[in-house]
Amino acid sequence: MTTAELSGATLGERVPVGGRFGWLMTIYRYALVILLAAVFVFPFVVMLTTAFKVSDEIFMAPPELLPRTWTLEHFYNALTQIPFFRFLTNTIVIAGLSVLGTVLVSPLVAYSLAKLRWRGRNLLFIMVLATMMLPPQVTLIPIYMMWNKVGATGTILPLIIPAFLGTPFFIFLIRQFLLSVPDELIEAAKVDGASEFRIYWSIVLPIARPALITSAVFQFVWAWTDFLYPLIYLNDEESYTLSIGLYSFLGQHGVQWGPLMAACVLFTLPAFLIFLVFQRYFIGGIATGALK
Amino acid sequence: MADTRSSKSEPNGRALFKGLAFASPFIIGFLVLYAWPILASGYYSLTDFSLFKAPRWVGLANYERMIADAKFWKSLYNTLFFTFVGVPVDIAISIFGAHVLNQKLRGQPLWRALVYLPSIVPAVAAGFLWRWLLNAQYGFVNEILRWFHLPQPNWLLDASWGGISVIVLMLWTVGGTMLIYLAALKNVPQELYEAAELDGAGPLRRFWHITWPMISPVTLFQVIVLLIAFLQVFTQPFVLSKDPGLGTQTATGPGDSMLSYSIYLFQNGFTFLKMGYASAMAWVLLFVTLGITLLILWSAKKWVFYDNR
Repeated sequence: MTTAELSGATLGERVPVGGRFGWLMTIYRYALVILLAAVFVFPFVVMLTTAFKVSDEIFMAPPELLPRTWTLEHFYNALTQIPFFRFLTNTIVIAGLSVLGTVLVSPLVAYSLAKLRWRGRNLLFIMVLATMMLPPQVTLIPIYMMWNKVGATGTILPLIIPAFLGTPFFIFLIRQFLLSVPDELIEAAKVDGASEFRIYWSIVLPIARPALITSAVFQFVWAWTDFLYPLIYLNDEESYTLSIGLYSFLGQHGVQWGPLMAACVLFTLPAFLIFLVFQRYFIGGIATGALK
Repeated sequence: MADTRSSKSEPNGRALFKGLAFASPFIIGFLVLYAWPILASGYYSLTDFSLFKAPRWVGLANYERMIADAKFWKSLYNTLFFTFVGVPVDIAISIFGAHVLNQKLRGQPLWRALVYLPSIVPAVAAGFLWRWLLNAQYGFVNEILRWFHLPQPNWLLDASWGGISVIVLMLWTVGGTMLIYLAALKNVPQELYEAAELDGAGPLRRFWHITWPMISPVTLFQVIVLLIAFLQVFTQPFVLSKDPGLGTQTATGPGDSMLSYSIYLFQNGFTFLKMGYASAMAWVLLFVTLGITLLILWSAKKWVFYDNR
């Protein structure tokens, strides 16, 4: 533990460790953090319990948190009223290919920026930073026209090809990571006569693993939750992602809160699992400040 | 210094080739996905055009039309309202929450995970969930307000609360900013607090004279990041305002209170097929964003403290 954690000096709550009222302060601190966490978590509880309530109980005023009768019918309806598994497959394909593109390409560019010395490198870095800041609305319509011209609207290509051309956020993230890798490691391999690509592949990539995993998990969640781009490019229900499928679900079936909440639970679950497994990479990515 | 010598011994042309080769995917990406579209967008903004109609030069007519377009002003007003209310509240909640998390507590990873969890929920699912929570009759938000005898607004159907509903939904994902502040708090040197305490400074003075200046560079960065996100907001109001009777068409909330700038831009480009007008709107958004960002950067020398030790 660092001194920061031990002293607990935050808003000034200096804890007299073992003092007379130490236990009171402990209760106060936990009460505060539980209250904070509850505000964030409570909506999930409502999502979950609504999904398990029979329809009559959903519309009760005042509302009750827990179902009196638990039911799985909404999950059954959610899976059968909309082609859930097709949407799921489409989403997995898009998210999977985006992740593949990101881990294949972004580190290549990052390596060129962090470890190769060439004229124009600084210019390229400025280009990466500038594209990070640009509102996507500016390029939205010309890019749409471009994909339209080559007949790619309605396909998943516009959603995955950008990942194979390097994503500025991940290039930046991996570059920052590579800067901390000592040059000596690379130079030693060069003396041994290894080619640049071999050095990249067998030395740099394994070292950059944490940054690659961080990029991959963020790319996965971004693609999984993306809405605007699938909305623009996917115009046929066959190719809908879960985001778009769920969005149109509300229109086709009125407001059926039970199946809707059940579908939301199923849609959110995979992102949660990824988060649980890769938690420290998420938190690490946030701490660098480049991702949120 | 062996490394610098050996790479200097490499001929310039070879180094350039290697650098370009590794960077080539992004160079292509930059040209195809950024450089060309920016130029094209600038040109489109001066034309009348749609998917089915070749661009026809109209000069500044699109920009002039905005001045008389009430919906344009409404969407700009809404977006600035989201931003100027949402960003400060977001920062305030984040700093408060980071202090709560920075106490001496067991199970730190758990608390951090719980606070961050809403940030990975698909925006569509989050939007539907909050439509249900904010339901005036059956929703839990009003139920909790009822316990405390507070007014229970008709969140999603009352024009004066529609914009606030959007902000509430966006604030649910404040956990990321909170964790960034948590990391910033852990970097504040403890000696500063100890010295202040010897001088008899209370908690508020310690916050104001030590914590706030020490985390101000993080605040500057976060204000800009949040500003950009709020100015571009699309999915949250799009889902909150969806009218079930309208199929995949969006409604824009009661009295257009949820019509964000990006939604109106999207409508112009893809529903009304006025792509020239939409392109012009995109450029206005870019300049509004740049203008506000520069103002904040300019103000920064008054309130951002850089520790140059």
